[in-house]
Amino acid sequence: MTAGWQPIQEALLGNVIVMTSGKGGVGKTTSSAAFGTGLALKGHKTCIIDFDVGLRNLDLIMGCERRVVFDFINVINGEARLNQALIKDKRVENLFILPTSQTRDKDALTRSGVERVLEALRKEFDYIICDSPAGIEKGALMALYFADDAIIVTNPEVSSVRDSDRILGVLQAKSYRAEHGLEPVRERLLITRYDPRRVERGEMLKVDDVLEILAIPLLGVVPESPAVLRASNVGMPVVLDESSNAALAYTDAVARFLGDSVEHRFLCPERRGLFDRLLRRTA
Amino acid sequence: MSILEFFRAPRRPTLAATAKERLQILLAHERADRHAPDFLPQLQKELLEVIKRYLAIDDDKVAVRLQRESGCSLLEVNVELPLTTPPARQPASAGSPSGALSPSM
Repeated sequence: MTAGWQPIQEALLGNVIVMTSGKGGVGKTTSSAAFGTGLALKGHKTCIIDFDVGLRNLDLIMGCERRVVFDFINVINGEARLNQALIKDKRVENLFILPTSQTRDKDALTRSGVERVLEALRKEFDYIICDSPAGIEKGALMALYFADDAIIVTNPEVSSVRDSDRILGVLQAKSYRAEHGLEPVRERLLITRYDPRRVERGEMLKVDDVLEILAIPLLGVVPESPAVLRASNVGMPVVLDESSNAALAYTDAVARFLGDSVEHRFLCPERRGLFDRLLRRTA
Repeated sequence: MSILEFFRAPRRPTLAATAKERLQILLAHERADRHAPDFLPQLQKELLEVIKRYLAIDDDKVAVRLQRESGCSLLEVNVELPLTTPPARQPASAGSPSGALSPSM
């Protein structure tokens, strides 16, 4: 067990990343799908796991809902082998999805079961993304418990920021790393649904405001974008819609996660010329 | 747009500034509670026992809490004395009703 917890540079084993937020509806699943796909596009073997037992949606966002036969809970219960439950993405090399059960509840996630599955995945994959359910109950706790890295998905909005702060407290107290006195989980902030125009009007918290309050490093800022809904309609991770700002923002965030220094974009409203405005073009 | 802004009435604090301020105040409290060490109930119980040796007070008249201000932690002990204080053996041993030290109270 302990062999899995070496620093990423030296480890031969994969990294477990939890995508979490406390609050629901801020974009955890969208971000898990986009971020995982982005990592795979960079050549890293990546698996995305849905921890939202009973309310699974990652399969739908990834467009593999009709290919689910066995799931995460089946593997935990020994009813299926891991390879039977893993779904290989048809578009992107190196990308796999582990869907969860739609019929059971969160109690099916036992700590030892989750540990066993993650241990097996660490040997096969470079990155394992745990798509957390909302809340701070069992499902969310299990999604973050074994994490090496945490990506905190936050909207520039008071209740989301508050819940993010709460989940940071949970990470610092109740994760495996915290409980065993290991190097703490690396926390990074992903701000989603950012609307620079509303920020400019003073209606929405600025990136700097959120950073000042939560005080963790910024991984990326994803602008509010119609591309997110468009992509989810057809079951495509938004990062594959290369014409959209959201896709570019996720690609940047992946690059930063991998250690590149990439300047943040889409923080200011796009200045549109008179011609564009007359035609009422949208981004 | 910026020219128009020049002619507008001077702005009140933005809605975003209000949001930020509310969050900062709220989270300061929530974080303090989160880091409260778990020895406080025991400390409170033992303090009560000691005080009871000298004064007749009720169990709920001692309150202990920990506050964090910038740079230091503050242990606040509030002991509420009964109106009819029995003769104190040691003068002012337990402190006044607000033995409190918190500037923010």
